[in-house]
Amino acid sequence: MKPMTFALRAAPTQRLDLARLTPHHLVGKSVAEIERIELGTTRRRVKVGEVFRFRPGEASQIVIEGGSTRFDRVGMGMTAGALVVEGEVGVQAGRALAGGSLTIQGGAGPFAASGMKGGTLEIEGCAGERLGGPLSGETIGMSGGLVHVRGDAGPRAGDRLRRGMILIEGRAGAYAGSRMIAGTLAIGGEAGDLPGYLMGRGTILLGRGATLFSPTFGDCGEHDLVAARLLADYVAKVSVKLARLFRRPLRRLAGDLAALGKGEILLPKL
Amino acid sequence: MHTLTASGVAIDDTFAEAFNMRATALVITAPSLRWAVQAATTMTGFATSVIACGCEAGVDRLLSPRETPDGRPGVRVLMFAVSTAELQKQLQNRVGQCVLTSPGSACYAGLGAGEEKLKLGAAIRFFGDGWQIAKKLGVRRYWRVPVMDGEFVCESTTFMTKSAVGGGNLLIMGSSAGKTLAATEAAVKAMRNVRDVIMPFPGGIVRSGSKVGSKYKGASASTNDAYCPTLKGAVESALGAEIASVLEIVIDGLTSAAVAEAMRAGLAAIAKLGPERGALRVGAGNYGGKLGKHHYHLKDLLP
Repeated sequence: MKPMTFALRAAPTQRLDLARLTPHHLVGKSVAEIERIELGTTRRRVKVGEVFRFRPGEASQIVIEGGSTRFDRVGMGMTAGALVVEGEVGVQAGRALAGGSLTIQGGAGPFAASGMKGGTLEIEGCAGERLGGPLSGETIGMSGGLVHVRGDAGPRAGDRLRRGMILIEGRAGAYAGSRMIAGTLAIGGEAGDLPGYLMGRGTILLGRGATLFSPTFGDCGEHDLVAARLLADYVAKVSVKLARLFRRPLRRLAGDLAALGKGEILLPKL
Repeated sequence: MHTLTASGVAIDDTFAEAFNMRATALVITAPSLRWAVQAATTMTGFATSVIACGCEAGVDRLLSPRETPDGRPGVRVLMFAVSTAELQKQLQNRVGQCVLTSPGSACYAGLGAGEEKLKLGAAIRFFGDGWQIAKKLGVRRYWRVPVMDGEFVCESTTFMTKSAVGGGNLLIMGSSAGKTLAATEAAVKAMRNVRDVIMPFPGGIVRSGSKVGSKYKGASASTNDAYCPTLKGAVESALGAEIASVLEIVIDGLTSAAVAEAMRAGLAAIAKLGPERGALRVGAGNYGGKLGKHHYHLKDLLP
Protein backbone atom coordinates (compact mmCIF):
# COMPACT_ATOMS: atom_id res chain seq x y z
CA MET A 1 0.00 0.00 0.00
CA LYS A 2 1.62 3.24 -1.17
CA PRO A 3 1.40 6.13 1.29
CA MET A 4 0.23 9.60 0.36
CA THR A 5 3.40 11.68 0.31
CA PHE A 6 4.12 15.40 0.74
CA ALA A 7 7.76 16.20 -0.10
CA LEU A 8 8.92 19.61 1.10
CA ARG A 9 10.11 21.79 -1.81
CA ALA A 10 11.95 24.45 0.24
CA ALA A 11 12.01 25.88 3.74
CA PRO A 12 8.65 27.60 4.33
CA THR A 13 8.61 31.39 4.33
CA GLN A 14 5.90 31.61 6.98
CA ARG A 15 4.40 29.41 9.71
CA LEU A 16 2.17 26.76 8.14
CA ASP A 17 -0.94 25.19 9.61
CA LEU A 18 -0.83 21.51 8.62
CA ALA A 19 -3.98 20.56 10.53
CA ARG A 20 -5.76 19.66 7.29
CA LEU A 21 -3.15 17.15 6.18
CA THR A 22 -4.69 14.30 8.12
CA PRO A 23 -6.36 11.11 6.84
CA HIS A 24 -9.91 12.15 7.64
CA HIS A 25 -9.47 15.46 5.78
CA LEU A 26 -7.74 13.98 2.74
CA VAL A 27 -9.68 10.80 2.09
CA GLY A 28 -11.73 10.96 -1.10
CA LYS A 29 -10.10 14.19 -2.35
CA SER A 30 -8.57 14.48 -5.81
CA VAL A 31 -4.96 15.52 -6.42
CA ALA A 32 -6.10 18.96 -7.54
CA GLU A 33 -8.25 19.42 -4.47
CA ILE A 34 -5.41 18.44 -2.17
CA GLU A 35 -2.90 20.71 -3.89
CA ARG A 36 -5.32 23.62 -3.44
CA ILE A 37 -5.59 23.22 0.35
CA GLU A 38 -4.58 26.45 2.09
CA LEU A 39 -1.78 26.13 4.63
CA GLY A 40 -0.80 29.75 5.17
CA THR A 41 -1.14 31.64 8.41
CA THR A 42 -0.40 35.17 7.13
CA ARG A 43 -1.98 37.49 4.62
CA ARG A 44 -0.01 35.76 1.87
CA ARG A 45 -1.84 32.65 0.78
CA VAL A 46 0.09 29.40 0.55
CA LYS A 47 -1.27 26.20 -0.91
CA VAL A 48 -0.14 22.60 -0.56
CA GLY A 49 1.11 22.46 -4.13
CA GLU A 50 3.45 25.42 -3.55
CA VAL A 51 5.04 23.96 -0.43
CA PHE A 52 5.06 20.26 -1.20
CA ARG A 53 5.54 17.96 -4.15
CA PHE A 54 2.46 15.80 -3.71
CA ARG A 55 2.46 12.11 -4.58
CA PRO A 56 -0.96 10.42 -4.35
CA GLY A 57 -1.40 7.28 -2.29
CA GLU A 58 -3.45 5.74 0.50
CA ALA A 59 -4.93 8.55 2.60
CA SER A 60 -4.71 6.47 5.78
CA GLN A 61 -0.91 6.41 5.45
CA ILE A 62 0.59 9.89 5.11
CA VAL A 63 4.25 10.78 4.93
CA ILE A 64 5.61 14.31 5.08
CA GLU A 65 9.14 14.26 3.69
CA GLY A 66 11.21 16.99 5.32
CA GLY A 67 10.42 18.93 8.45
CA SER A 68 10.42 22.48 9.73
CA THR A 69 9.88 24.24 13.04
CA ARG A 70 7.26 26.19 11.08
CA PHE A 71 5.05 23.11 10.62
CA ASP A 72 2.32 23.78 13.17
CA ARG A 73 -0.60 21.61 14.32
CA VAL A 74 0.64 18.52 12.51
CA GLY A 75 -1.82 15.64 12.87
CA MET A 76 -4.38 17.78 14.65
CA GLY A 77 -7.56 15.89 15.50
CA MET A 78 -6.48 12.72 13.73
CA THR A 79 -8.85 9.85 14.46
CA ALA A 80 -7.22 6.95 12.63
CA GLY A 81 -4.42 6.01 10.27
CA ALA A 82 -0.75 6.89 10.41
CA LEU A 83 1.08 10.13 9.78
CA VAL A 84 4.87 10.31 9.70
CA VAL A 85 6.89 13.52 9.53
CA GLU A 86 10.45 12.89 8.42
CA GLY A 87 11.86 15.87 10.30
CA GLU A 88 11.03 18.39 12.98
CA VAL A 89 7.75 20.18 13.59
CA GLY A 90 6.50 23.36 15.24
CA VAL A 91 3.84 24.00 17.85
CA GLN A 92 0.90 21.80 18.81
CA ALA A 93 1.89 18.61 17.02
CA GLY A 94 -0.79 16.02 17.72
CA ARG A 95 -3.13 18.65 19.12
CA ALA A 96 -6.45 16.92 20.06
CA LEU A 97 -5.19 13.65 18.58
CA ALA A 98 -7.98 11.11 19.05
CA GLY A 99 -6.72 7.96 17.32
CA GLY A 100 -4.16 6.50 14.96
CA SER A 101 -0.45 7.13 15.18
CA LEU A 102 1.60 10.26 14.62
CA THR A 103 5.36 9.93 14.35
CA ILE A 104 7.70 12.91 14.37
CA GLN A 105 11.17 11.81 13.35
CA GLY A 106 12.71 15.02 14.71
CA GLY A 107 11.92 17.37 17.54
CA ALA A 108 8.58 19.00 18.33
CA GLY A 109 7.79 22.51 19.55
CA PRO A 110 5.65 23.60 22.50
CA PHE A 111 2.26 22.12 23.29
CA ALA A 112 2.76 18.82 21.47
CA ALA A 113 -0.07 16.40 22.36
CA SER A 114 -2.06 19.28 23.79
CA GLY A 115 -5.63 18.14 24.41
CA MET A 116 -4.82 14.69 23.09
CA LYS A 117 -7.58 12.13 23.69
CA GLY A 118 -6.30 8.89 22.19
CA GLY A 119 -3.93 7.26 19.74
CA THR A 120 -0.15 7.43 19.94
CA LEU A 121 2.32 10.24 19.40
CA GLU A 122 5.97 9.41 19.04
CA ILE A 123 8.58 12.17 19.04
CA GLU A 124 11.99 10.81 18.16
CA GLY A 125 13.76 14.04 19.09
CA CYS A 126 12.98 16.41 21.95
CA ALA A 127 9.66 18.02 22.87
CA GLY A 128 9.13 21.66 23.76
CA GLU A 129 7.42 23.08 26.79
CA ARG A 130 4.01 22.03 28.08
CA LEU A 131 3.97 18.63 26.41
CA GLY A 132 0.35 17.42 26.58
CA GLY A 133 -0.67 20.60 28.35
CA PRO A 134 -3.81 22.69 27.91
CA LEU A 135 -3.94 25.84 25.83
CA SER A 136 -4.93 29.11 27.46
CA GLY A 137 -8.47 28.94 28.81
CA GLU A 138 -8.64 25.15 28.85
CA THR A 139 -9.05 23.33 32.15
CA ILE A 140 -7.53 19.95 31.28
CA GLY A 141 -4.55 18.82 29.27
CA MET A 142 -4.12 15.45 27.65
CA SER A 143 -7.00 13.08 28.45
CA GLY A 144 -5.98 9.83 26.78
CA GLY A 145 -3.53 8.03 24.53
CA LEU A 146 0.19 7.47 24.68
CA VAL A 147 3.00 9.96 24.08
CA HIS A 148 6.56 8.72 23.72
CA VAL A 149 9.44 11.19 23.57
CA ARG A 150 12.83 9.64 22.90
CA GLY A 151 14.72 12.81 23.80
CA ASP A 152 14.14 15.46 26.46
CA ALA A 153 11.04 17.50 27.21
CA GLY A 154 10.74 21.16 28.14
CA PRO A 155 9.18 22.67 31.26
CA ARG A 156 5.72 21.68 32.50
CA ALA A 157 5.53 18.37 30.65
CA GLY A 158 2.20 16.76 31.47
CA ASP A 159 0.64 19.96 32.79
CA ARG A 160 -3.00 19.25 33.81
CA LEU A 161 -2.69 15.67 32.53
CA ARG A 162 -6.12 14.05 32.97
CA ARG A 163 -5.63 10.50 31.64
CA GLY A 164 -3.26 8.56 29.42
CA MET A 165 0.47 8.14 29.55
CA ILE A 166 3.47 10.34 28.71
CA LEU A 167 6.86 8.63 28.46
CA ILE A 168 10.00 10.75 28.25
CA GLU A 169 13.21 8.80 27.82
CA GLY A 170 15.45 11.77 28.54
CA ARG A 171 15.26 14.65 30.97
CA ALA A 172 12.38 17.01 31.66
CA GLY A 173 12.29 20.69 32.54
CA ALA A 174 10.92 22.34 35.65
CA TYR A 175 7.43 21.63 36.97
CA ALA A 176 7.04 18.25 35.24
CA GLY A 177 3.52 16.96 35.87
CA SER A 178 2.40 20.29 37.29
CA ARG A 179 -1.26 20.41 38.27
CA MET A 180 -1.75 16.81 37.15
CA ILE A 181 -5.33 15.62 37.53
CA ALA A 182 -4.51 11.93 36.95
CA GLY A 183 -2.69 9.73 34.43
CA THR A 184 0.93 8.63 34.26
CA LEU A 185 4.11 10.56 33.44
CA ALA A 186 7.43 8.71 33.33
CA ILE A 187 10.76 10.47 32.92
CA GLY A 188 13.89 8.41 32.39
CA GLY A 189 16.41 11.16 33.15
CA GLU A 190 16.52 13.89 35.73
CA ALA A 191 13.60 16.28 36.10
CA GLY A 192 13.95 19.99 36.78
CA ASP A 193 12.73 21.79 39.87
CA LEU A 194 9.48 20.93 41.62
CA PRO A 195 8.05 17.94 39.74
CA GLY A 196 4.39 17.27 40.50
CA TYR A 197 3.81 20.88 41.52
CA LEU A 198 0.20 21.06 42.81
CA MET A 199 -0.71 17.66 41.36
CA GLY A 200 -3.99 16.22 42.62
CA ARG A 201 -3.78 12.59 41.52
CA GLY A 202 -1.73 10.54 39.10
CA THR A 203 1.70 8.93 38.95
CA ILE A 204 5.06 10.48 38.09
CA LEU A 205 8.08 8.21 37.78
CA LEU A 206 11.46 9.96 37.93
CA GLY A 207 14.32 7.73 36.79
CA ARG A 208 17.02 10.07 38.04
CA GLY A 209 15.17 12.19 40.56
CA ALA A 210 14.84 15.96 40.27
CA THR A 211 17.01 19.00 40.83
CA LEU A 212 14.65 20.17 43.59
CA PHE A 213 11.70 18.46 45.28
CA SER A 214 8.78 20.29 46.81
CA PRO A 215 8.58 19.92 50.61
CA THR A 216 4.87 19.28 50.13
CA PHE A 217 5.41 15.63 49.20
CA GLY A 218 5.37 13.03 51.99
CA ASP A 219 7.85 10.15 51.94
CA CYS A 220 5.92 6.86 52.14
CA GLY A 221 8.98 4.62 51.99
CA GLU A 222 10.16 1.97 49.55
CA HIS A 223 7.74 -0.61 48.13
CA ASP A 224 7.39 -3.45 45.65
CA LEU A 225 4.12 -2.37 44.05
CA VAL A 226 1.98 -4.82 42.06
CA ALA A 227 0.60 -1.85 40.12
CA ALA A 228 4.15 -1.00 39.02
CA ARG A 229 4.42 -4.47 37.46
CA LEU A 230 1.32 -3.73 35.39
CA LEU A 231 2.77 -0.37 34.40
CA ALA A 232 6.09 -1.98 33.49
CA ASP A 233 4.43 -4.49 31.17
CA TYR A 234 2.42 -1.76 29.50
CA VAL A 235 5.40 0.58 29.11
CA ALA A 236 7.64 -2.22 27.83
CA LYS A 237 5.72 -2.21 24.55
CA VAL A 238 7.33 1.13 23.68
CA SER A 239 10.25 1.68 26.07
CA VAL A 240 12.29 -1.11 27.61
CA LYS A 241 14.42 1.46 29.43
CA LEU A 242 11.47 3.00 31.28
CA ALA A 243 9.88 -0.41 31.90
CA ARG A 244 13.03 -1.47 33.75
CA LEU A 245 12.66 1.51 36.08
CA PHE A 246 9.12 0.47 37.02
CA ARG A 247 10.41 -3.01 37.93
CA ARG A 248 12.83 -1.71 40.57
CA PRO A 249 11.89 -1.18 44.23
CA LEU A 250 10.14 2.19 44.28
CA ARG A 251 10.25 4.93 46.89
CA ARG A 252 6.85 6.55 47.00
CA LEU A 253 6.35 10.26 47.65
CA ALA A 254 2.68 11.18 48.19
CA GLY A 255 1.49 14.59 47.15
CA ASP A 256 1.19 17.33 46.32
CA LEU A 257 -0.08 17.79 49.87
CA ALA A 258 -0.51 21.50 49.12
CA ALA A 259 -3.29 20.39 46.75
CA LEU A 260 -5.49 17.26 46.83
CA GLY A 261 -2.46 15.14 47.73
CA LYS A 262 -3.57 11.85 46.20
CA GLY A 263 -0.87 11.71 43.56
CA GLU A 264 2.52 10.07 43.79
CA ILE A 265 6.10 10.44 42.67
CA LEU A 266 7.88 7.11 42.30
CA LEU A 267 11.65 7.01 42.63
CA PRO A 268 13.32 3.77 41.50
CA LYS A 269 16.12 2.44 43.66
CA LEU A 270 19.19 2.55 41.43
CA MET B 1 -31.05 -49.60 30.02
CA HIS B 2 -27.44 -50.97 30.01
CA THR B 3 -27.08 -51.26 26.31
CA LEU B 4 -23.52 -49.96 26.05
CA THR B 5 -20.18 -50.86 27.52
CA ALA B 6 -16.79 -49.20 27.55
CA SER B 7 -13.87 -51.45 28.51
CA GLY B 8 -16.28 -53.62 30.47
CA VAL B 9 -18.00 -50.74 32.26
CA ALA B 10 -21.74 -50.58 31.60
CA ILE B 11 -22.87 -47.24 30.27
CA ASP B 12 -26.53 -46.32 30.63
CA ASP B 13 -28.21 -45.21 27.44
CA THR B 14 -29.28 -41.96 29.02
CA PHE B 15 -28.30 -38.32 29.17
CA ALA B 16 -27.30 -35.57 31.58
CA GLU B 17 -29.62 -32.59 31.55
CA ALA B 18 -28.03 -29.19 32.15
CA PHE B 19 -29.15 -25.58 32.32
CA ASN B 20 -28.03 -22.19 31.11
CA MET B 21 -26.28 -20.14 33.78
CA ARG B 22 -24.58 -16.80 34.17
CA ALA B 23 -20.83 -17.10 34.72
CA THR B 24 -17.69 -15.10 35.13
CA ALA B 25 -14.01 -15.83 35.61
CA LEU B 26 -11.31 -14.24 37.74
CA VAL B 27 -7.56 -14.44 37.87
CA ILE B 28 -6.18 -14.28 41.39
CA THR B 29 -2.44 -13.75 41.84
CA ALA B 30 -0.18 -13.67 44.85
CA PRO B 31 3.55 -13.58 45.69
CA SER B 32 3.56 -17.40 45.66
CA LEU B 33 1.34 -20.08 44.16
CA ARG B 34 0.54 -21.25 47.68
CA TRP B 35 -1.08 -17.93 48.56
CA ALA B 36 -2.85 -17.62 45.20
CA VAL B 37 -4.37 -21.06 45.78
CA GLN B 38 -5.23 -20.09 49.36
CA ALA B 39 -7.13 -16.99 48.24
CA ALA B 40 -8.92 -18.95 45.51
CA THR B 41 -9.79 -21.81 47.86
CA THR B 42 -11.20 -19.41 50.44
CA MET B 43 -13.17 -17.52 47.84
CA THR B 44 -14.71 -20.68 46.37
CA GLY B 45 -15.58 -22.19 49.74
CA PHE B 46 -19.26 -22.93 50.41
CA ALA B 47 -20.00 -22.61 46.71
CA THR B 48 -21.09 -26.13 45.85
CA SER B 49 -24.66 -25.51 44.74
CA VAL B 50 -26.83 -22.56 43.83
CA ILE B 51 -29.59 -24.18 45.90
CA ALA B 52 -28.17 -22.74 49.12
CA CYS B 53 -24.79 -21.15 48.40
CA GLY B 54 -25.84 -18.40 46.00
CA CYS B 55 -23.33 -19.55 43.41
CA GLU B 56 -21.20 -22.45 42.28
CA ALA B 57 -17.50 -21.71 42.12
CA GLY B 58 -14.22 -23.49 41.80
CA VAL B 59 -10.70 -23.43 40.47
CA ASP B 60 -10.43 -23.86 36.71
CA ARG B 61 -6.66 -24.12 36.61
CA LEU B 62 -3.36 -22.90 38.01
CA LEU B 63 -1.55 -20.20 36.06
CA SER B 64 2.17 -19.72 35.61
CA PRO B 65 3.64 -16.23 36.06
CA ARG B 66 3.74 -15.90 32.26
CA GLU B 67 -0.03 -16.28 32.08
CA THR B 68 -1.00 -13.60 34.63
CA PRO B 69 -1.25 -9.83 34.16
CA ASP B 70 1.28 -9.02 36.89
CA GLY B 71 3.78 -11.79 36.24
CA ARG B 72 3.12 -13.59 39.53
CA PRO B 73 1.74 -17.10 40.08
CA GLY B 74 -2.02 -17.25 39.82
CA VAL B 75 -5.22 -19.22 39.78
CA ARG B 76 -8.21 -18.93 37.46
CA VAL B 77 -11.52 -19.17 39.26
CA LEU B 78 -14.94 -19.66 37.67
CA MET B 79 -18.22 -18.55 39.28
CA PHE B 80 -21.72 -19.55 38.17
CA ALA B 81 -25.11 -18.25 39.31
CA VAL B 82 -28.70 -18.28 38.13
CA SER B 83 -29.04 -14.50 37.70
CA THR B 84 -26.84 -11.52 36.92
CA ALA B 85 -27.80 -9.82 40.19
CA GLU B 86 -26.90 -12.86 42.27
CA LEU B 87 -23.62 -13.34 40.43
CA GLN B 88 -22.72 -9.69 41.04
CA LYS B 89 -23.59 -10.01 44.73
CA GLN B 90 -21.60 -13.20 45.20
CA LEU B 91 -18.63 -11.80 43.28
CA GLN B 92 -18.50 -8.65 45.35
CA ASN B 93 -18.91 -10.45 48.68
CA ARG B 94 -16.47 -13.23 47.97
CA VAL B 95 -13.73 -11.05 46.48
CA GLY B 96 -14.23 -8.50 49.25
CA GLN B 97 -14.09 -11.01 52.09
CA CYS B 98 -11.74 -13.66 50.74
CA VAL B 99 -9.38 -12.17 48.14
CA LEU B 100 -8.95 -8.61 49.39
CA THR B 101 -8.11 -10.10 52.79
CA SER B 102 -5.56 -12.63 51.57
CA PRO B 103 -1.86 -11.58 51.91
CA GLY B 104 -0.29 -10.16 48.76
CA SER B 105 -3.27 -10.92 46.55
CA ALA B 106 -4.40 -9.16 43.38
CA CYS B 107 -7.49 -9.87 41.31
CA TYR B 108 -8.13 -9.50 37.59
CA ALA B 109 -10.83 -10.23 35.03
CA GLY B 110 -10.59 -13.81 33.83
CA LEU B 111 -12.94 -13.47 30.85
CA GLY B 112 -11.84 -11.33 27.92
CA ALA B 113 -15.33 -10.92 26.48
CA GLY B 114 -18.96 -11.45 27.38
CA GLU B 115 -22.47 -10.08 27.08
CA GLU B 116 -22.23 -7.83 30.14
CA LYS B 117 -19.72 -6.46 32.61
CA LEU B 118 -19.75 -7.07 36.35
CA LYS B 119 -18.24 -4.73 38.90
CA LEU B 120 -15.07 -6.08 40.46
CA GLY B 121 -12.67 -3.43 41.76
CA ALA B 122 -15.32 -0.83 40.98
CA ALA B 123 -17.22 -2.18 43.99
CA ILE B 124 -14.31 -3.15 46.26
CA ARG B 125 -12.50 0.19 45.83
CA PHE B 126 -14.62 1.91 48.46
CA PHE B 127 -12.68 -0.02 51.09
CA GLY B 128 -9.90 2.44 50.30
CA ASP B 129 -11.84 5.20 52.07
CA GLY B 130 -10.80 7.78 49.50
CA TRP B 131 -7.16 6.66 49.21
CA GLN B 132 -7.90 4.27 46.34
CA ILE B 133 -6.22 5.09 43.03
CA ALA B 134 -7.47 4.20 39.56
CA LYS B 135 -4.95 3.39 36.85
CA LYS B 136 -6.11 2.90 33.27
CA LEU B 137 -3.68 1.08 31.01
CA GLY B 138 -4.99 0.75 27.46
CA VAL B 139 -8.53 -0.53 27.74
CA ARG B 140 -8.07 -2.05 31.20
CA ARG B 141 -8.74 -0.09 34.35
CA TYR B 142 -7.33 -1.13 37.70
CA TRP B 143 -7.96 0.01 41.25
CA ARG B 144 -5.18 0.24 43.81
CA VAL B 145 -6.56 0.01 47.31
CA PRO B 146 -4.14 0.66 50.18
CA VAL B 147 -4.08 -2.23 52.67
CA MET B 148 -1.85 -3.13 55.58
CA ASP B 149 0.66 -5.19 53.56
CA GLY B 150 0.84 -2.72 50.65
CA GLU B 151 -1.79 -2.38 47.97
CA PHE B 152 -4.64 -4.58 46.76
CA VAL B 153 -4.75 -4.28 42.97
CA CYS B 154 -8.09 -5.21 41.46
CA GLU B 155 -9.31 -4.80 37.90
CA SER B 156 -12.34 -2.54 37.72
CA THR B 157 -14.70 -4.92 35.93
CA THR B 158 -14.89 -8.43 34.59
CA PHE B 159 -17.05 -9.85 31.84
CA MET B 160 -20.03 -12.15 32.32
CA THR B 161 -21.27 -14.77 29.89
CA LYS B 162 -24.89 -15.85 29.59
CA SER B 163 -23.89 -18.90 27.58
CA ALA B 164 -22.50 -20.86 30.52
CA VAL B 165 -23.88 -24.29 31.39
CA GLY B 166 -24.48 -25.74 34.83
CA GLY B 167 -25.44 -29.24 35.77
CA GLY B 168 -23.54 -31.57 33.47
CA ASN B 169 -23.14 -34.78 35.47
CA LEU B 170 -22.07 -38.37 35.69
CA LEU B 171 -23.37 -41.00 38.15
CA ILE B 172 -20.63 -43.50 38.93
CA MET B 173 -21.75 -46.83 40.36
CA GLY B 174 -19.57 -49.57 41.80
CA SER B 175 -19.52 -52.76 43.80
CA SER B 176 -17.94 -51.07 46.82
CA ALA B 177 -17.49 -47.58 48.21
CA GLY B 178 -13.72 -47.85 47.71
CA LYS B 179 -13.86 -48.86 44.05
CA THR B 180 -16.55 -46.31 43.28
CA LEU B 181 -14.49 -43.56 44.88
CA ALA B 182 -11.38 -44.67 42.98
CA ALA B 183 -13.22 -44.48 39.66
CA THR B 184 -14.75 -41.11 40.49
CA GLU B 185 -11.41 -39.67 41.62
CA ALA B 186 -9.85 -40.83 38.35
CA ALA B 187 -12.64 -39.12 36.42
CA VAL B 188 -12.28 -35.85 38.34
CA LYS B 189 -8.53 -35.88 37.80
CA ALA B 190 -9.02 -36.24 34.05
CA MET B 191 -11.73 -33.57 33.99
CA ARG B 192 -9.47 -31.08 35.72
CA ASN B 193 -7.30 -31.05 32.61
CA VAL B 194 -10.24 -29.65 30.63
CA ARG B 195 -10.30 -25.85 30.51
CA ASP B 196 -13.29 -23.67 31.33
CA VAL B 197 -15.00 -26.16 33.64
CA ILE B 198 -15.30 -26.66 37.37
CA MET B 199 -16.60 -29.51 39.50
CA PRO B 200 -17.97 -27.45 42.41
CA PHE B 201 -18.57 -30.16 45.03
CA PRO B 202 -15.97 -31.30 47.61
CA GLY B 203 -12.97 -32.60 45.69
CA GLY B 204 -15.20 -32.49 42.62
CA ILE B 205 -17.49 -35.22 43.98
CA VAL B 206 -21.00 -35.25 45.45
CA ARG B 207 -22.28 -38.28 47.35
CA SER B 208 -25.71 -36.85 48.13
CA GLY B 209 -27.31 -36.58 44.73
CA SER B 210 -30.77 -35.09 44.96
CA LYS B 211 -34.15 -35.37 43.31
CA VAL B 212 -36.55 -32.48 42.88
CA GLY B 213 -39.09 -32.07 45.71
CA SER B 214 -39.60 -33.63 49.10
CA LYS B 215 -42.31 -35.06 51.30
CA TYR B 216 -41.56 -32.20 53.67
CA LYS B 217 -43.02 -28.77 53.04
CA GLY B 218 -40.42 -26.14 52.24
CA ALA B 219 -37.67 -28.49 51.04
CA SER B 220 -37.06 -28.04 47.31
CA ALA B 221 -34.79 -31.07 46.99
CA SER B 222 -34.28 -34.32 48.81
CA THR B 223 -32.17 -37.47 48.62
CA ASN B 224 -32.18 -39.33 45.32
CA ASP B 225 -33.68 -42.49 46.82
CA ALA B 226 -33.61 -44.37 43.52
CA TYR B 227 -29.81 -44.26 43.67
CA CYS B 228 -29.39 -44.93 47.44
CA PRO B 229 -27.98 -48.46 47.78
CA THR B 230 -29.36 -48.91 51.30
CA LEU B 231 -32.90 -48.43 49.96
CA LYS B 232 -32.60 -50.89 47.08
CA GLY B 233 -35.19 -53.21 48.53
CA ALA B 234 -37.52 -50.52 49.80
CA VAL B 235 -38.06 -48.15 46.85
CA GLU B 236 -38.28 -48.29 43.08
CA SER B 237 -34.52 -48.43 42.80
CA ALA B 238 -32.36 -47.67 39.78
CA LEU B 239 -29.66 -49.95 41.15
CA GLY B 240 -29.04 -53.62 40.52
CA ALA B 241 -27.97 -56.09 43.16
CA GLU B 242 -24.29 -55.64 42.19
CA ILE B 243 -24.20 -51.90 43.02
CA ALA B 244 -23.21 -50.95 46.56
CA SER B 245 -22.18 -47.31 46.18
CA VAL B 246 -22.96 -44.35 43.89
CA LEU B 247 -21.10 -41.05 43.53
CA GLU B 248 -21.86 -38.11 41.27
CA ILE B 249 -19.72 -35.53 39.51
CA VAL B 250 -21.43 -32.24 38.67
CA ILE B 251 -19.83 -30.12 35.97
CA ASP B 252 -20.30 -26.39 35.28
CA GLY B 253 -18.68 -24.93 32.18
CA LEU B 254 -18.31 -21.61 30.45
CA THR B 255 -19.56 -23.29 27.27
CA SER B 256 -21.59 -26.35 26.44
CA ALA B 257 -18.65 -27.74 24.49
CA ALA B 258 -16.43 -27.52 27.58
CA VAL B 259 -18.98 -29.48 29.66
CA ALA B 260 -19.20 -32.17 26.98
CA GLU B 261 -15.42 -32.35 26.77
CA ALA B 262 -15.15 -32.78 30.54
CA MET B 263 -17.76 -35.56 30.56
CA ARG B 264 -15.92 -37.26 27.70
CA ALA B 265 -12.65 -37.08 29.64
CA GLY B 266 -14.32 -38.45 32.78
CA LEU B 267 -15.90 -41.37 30.96
CA ALA B 268 -12.58 -42.23 29.33
CA ALA B 269 -10.82 -42.26 32.71
CA ILE B 270 -13.49 -44.50 34.24
CA ALA B 271 -13.31 -46.89 31.31
CA LYS B 272 -9.54 -46.95 31.48
CA LEU B 273 -9.61 -47.96 35.15
CA GLY B 274 -12.05 -50.75 34.28
CA PRO B 275 -14.68 -52.63 36.33
CA GLU B 276 -12.22 -54.70 38.36
CA ARG B 277 -10.61 -51.71 40.05
CA GLY B 278 -13.28 -49.08 39.51
CA ALA B 279 -16.89 -48.62 38.46
CA LEU B 280 -19.28 -51.27 37.16
CA ARG B 281 -21.69 -48.80 35.65
CA VAL B 282 -22.04 -45.12 34.71
CA GLY B 283 -25.28 -43.19 34.40
CA ALA B 284 -26.38 -39.58 34.32
CA GLY B 285 -29.08 -37.49 35.95
CA ASN B 286 -31.90 -35.80 34.09
CA TYR B 287 -35.43 -34.53 34.56
CA GLY B 288 -36.95 -36.19 31.54
CA GLY B 289 -35.40 -33.68 29.19
CA LYS B 290 -38.05 -31.02 29.64
CA LEU B 291 -36.32 -28.63 32.05
CA GLY B 292 -32.76 -28.22 30.81
CA LYS B 293 -31.76 -26.89 27.41
CA HIS B 294 -28.59 -28.95 27.23
CA HIS B 295 -28.65 -32.74 26.90
CA TYR B 296 -25.42 -34.74 27.00
CA HIS B 297 -26.05 -38.31 25.83
CA LEU B 298 -23.47 -40.68 27.26
CA LYS B 299 -23.43 -42.76 24.08
CA ASP B 300 -22.12 -39.72 22.20
CA LEU B 301 -19.31 -39.17 24.68
CA LEU B 302 -17.85 -42.65 24.89
CA PRO B 303 -14.12 -43.05 24.36
